[in-house]
Amino acid sequence: MGAFILRRVGLMVLTALCLTFVVFFLTNLYPNLEKLAKTQGNQRMTDEQVESWLANRGYNQPVFLKYGQWLGVLPTPVIEGPDGEMRSRCRDADMSIEETPRFCGILQGDWGFSTVFKDDVSTIISTRLGLTGWLMFLVMLVMVPAALIIGVAAGMREGSKLDRSLSTVAITTTATPEYVSGVVFIAIFTSSAVGLKWFNGSATSAMDDITFANFTLPVLTIALYGTGYIARMTRASMAEVMTAQYIRTARLKGVSFGNIVMKHALRNALIAPFTVIMLQFPWLLNGVVIVETLFNYKGFGWTLVQAAGNNDIELLLGLSVVSVFVVLITQLISDIGYVFLNPRIRIS
Amino acid sequence: MDNLTWTGALGTILDPILFAVAGFFIVLVAAQVVLSFFATPVTLQSNPDGTLQRQGGVLGTVSTLNKWLLLALICIAVTYIVAGMVMPYGSAGIVGAMAKQFTPVWIALVATYVLSITFKRKLGLYGKLFDSTIGMIGFGLVMFWVYTAIFGAALEWIPTHEPLSQVSGLKNKVPGTAVPGAEVWGPGAHYLLGGDNLARDVFSRMIYGSGIVVLIAPMATLFAFMVGITLGLPAAYFGGRLDAVLSFIANLVLAFPVILLFYLLVTPEITETGLPQYMATVLFFFPLVFFGVLIHSRYKTQPQQNYIRLAVVLIPLFLIYASAINANASKIDFWPLDFFDIAPGILVVFVSVVFVNSPTVFRIVRGLALDIKTRDYVAAAQTRGETPWYIMLWEILPNARGPLIVDFCLRIGYTTILLGTLGFFGLGLPPDSPDWGSTINEGRKLMIAYIHPALPPAFALLTLVLGLNLLADGLREESLKD
Repeated sequence: MGAFILRRVGLMVLTALCLTFVVFFLTNLYPNLEKLAKTQGNQRMTDEQVESWLANRGYNQPVFLKYGQWLGVLPTPVIEGPDGEMRSRCRDADMSIEETPRFCGILQGDWGFSTVFKDDVSTIISTRLGLTGWLMFLVMLVMVPAALIIGVAAGMREGSKLDRSLSTVAITTTATPEYVSGVVFIAIFTSSAVGLKWFNGSATSAMDDITFANFTLPVLTIALYGTGYIARMTRASMAEVMTAQYIRTARLKGVSFGNIVMKHALRNALIAPFTVIMLQFPWLLNGVVIVETLFNYKGFGWTLVQAAGNNDIELLLGLSVVSVFVVLITQLISDIGYVFLNPRIRIS
Repeated sequence: MDNLTWTGALGTILDPILFAVAGFFIVLVAAQVVLSFFATPVTLQSNPDGTLQRQGGVLGTVSTLNKWLLLALICIAVTYIVAGMVMPYGSAGIVGAMAKQFTPVWIALVATYVLSITFKRKLGLYGKLFDSTIGMIGFGLVMFWVYTAIFGAALEWIPTHEPLSQVSGLKNKVPGTAVPGAEVWGPGAHYLLGGDNLARDVFSRMIYGSGIVVLIAPMATLFAFMVGITLGLPAAYFGGRLDAVLSFIANLVLAFPVILLFYLLVTPEITETGLPQYMATVLFFFPLVFFGVLIHSRYKTQPQQNYIRLAVVLIPLFLIYASAINANASKIDFWPLDFFDIAPGILVVFVSVVFVNSPTVFRIVRGLALDIKTRDYVAAAQTRGETPWYIMLWEILPNARGPLIVDFCLRIGYTTILLGTLGFFGLGLPPDSPDWGSTINEGRKLMIAYIHPALPPAFALLTLVLGLNLLADGLREESLKD
């Protein structure tokens, strides 16, 4: 088990390195840098001005060098511009040029500086991640029990009326992407055209104070898409377990149907959905970006949209490191959890 | 000119009936679900005297009643459509006018179903689809949008207005508003589903949008399958280092949050660097490899046949390939025989959707091939001395077709959702494009005040994806029966 986890962690680090390099490469392509220079400097810069702006800040070094500097394995050079000013990526505003450290990268704990929000990337990510954490937590709280109940109820008597109605609901929700369900929810529950006005159409106020009115719709919108998927997986797994020999034995012994479902079938039927729930996290990330944009909730997803839209290189890299690790860690947990939950694998 | 109401004169009779039947139906479905927990299930009991007795009780009665109510609902819906087609324009309201616009689609749908059901025993898996109710409903929804794309977006029979034409005075107007200055009482005299924020017709834009989705989504899925199959089969068959490397790359792409990738790839700046074109050069090459190897591995022993077939398939494919990647005044501009240029916005969307989908297909194909590889007929082919590629493409692939077809349907739906996501974030396609994602995005901004511009494209997307999911379900059910 130890070797397995060690190998997986090694693979994880390698994956994260490759992915961040891809992000680094894409954000450092020349047209993107030009756009950055123009948004940070001024829009009417000439080509030479752009060139010198980039050179002064070290953006025109080869991409591998810059990547090494961002990681913190290569020293960041101090560049003297033609205007006589000394600049370094590592230098903070209140720091003299002698005090500037040679290395400032992820390994030194320095995530860089966001050009859009004018703040340290680490502070931005931690606050935004906290906000999204609440959203994710509530989504899980709604989605997992609902999906499991629907799935188990549908799967315990395969082909029954209940199964068919619940399966139809599950298929419909998997066919409803977040931007469709969100728009429909907003239309029904918040617009003056329908007139119910039960909830708020914007979740901006939920950043300070989560209430039923401002947070129900974002949570429901994300939960809906995942619910159907997990419920279908649970149903399939439950239906399979219900045809197993030991269930038949229990029935023939005269165990009541409720007891069969609760005591014999349920535990074995929940192994597969566990993996699925874990692997849903990357999808939730997608949903989070859409829903945060739709409801204007300024969390992780909203920040990602802002960073990508303005080519905020260091913030984007920070965000992708976090999201890649979320994806990889959930994959790891799902693998380990599967081994632990499944007695056949665990014992052998 | 008068505005249209939702159902017009027809509605005064039909609407109350519809609401009553629908209300009863919903109540009874709920009752049925609740009862199924308590009541004894409907079973057939065989009596000693050889007769069969149906046991049902309350639950049995309710479910019989439900069946009739559902039938009644369908009848009412058909009446709305048929009456709309037959009655003069406007007298059946907005619903009737839309049903009239969709006339070619209804005719094509009915023809498809009549022909398919008549000859279903001769049509293989496609025919078997018509044995499953779910599959038939799904197929109907999908074909509705396919025919809408053909007759509406391509032939322009269905839309009442141009997708970009603005009529002043119709900004954000509710459905059924009359177009100022229209003289003829007929199609085009009203904005059937209202006007959007720029005073364009929501109904027509939805129809034009179907063309973009129905063209791009299946094509992109097809390319993703070509890539996934061409890489997945050797990965599973040869295993070892090849498998390790390919699987690592596939997992790498899968670990990337889709939206981040889109935001990085689908920007005007990236298009400027020519990166999408280079990616297209690689990704679009896979169909050529696939068909080349497919033919060559089969006819290698008959060189004459082999060369003719290879030439017939590969030369046109290569011409299309070269035209597709070659565009005037871009990074790749060398090929003299350029038949068409793909708009850079469309190309980058297409390429990134293929790129995102291929690793999943790769994993599915690899998994299936790993399983099939151990079968006896593969061992038999190996003993016969067949080449690895022959075994992969002519022994393993045909036997994996069932799950692959099912996944193909599901994946078109997923691709549709991805395209919508791109439109929703305003990436790639031009902002005035009528595709569903972009129109939803535009409509949502004024959602609190006007709900009508965003809802039609949202329901269109929902029904198409739902149809594809149901179709996949039906296909899975029928292919499992074999």
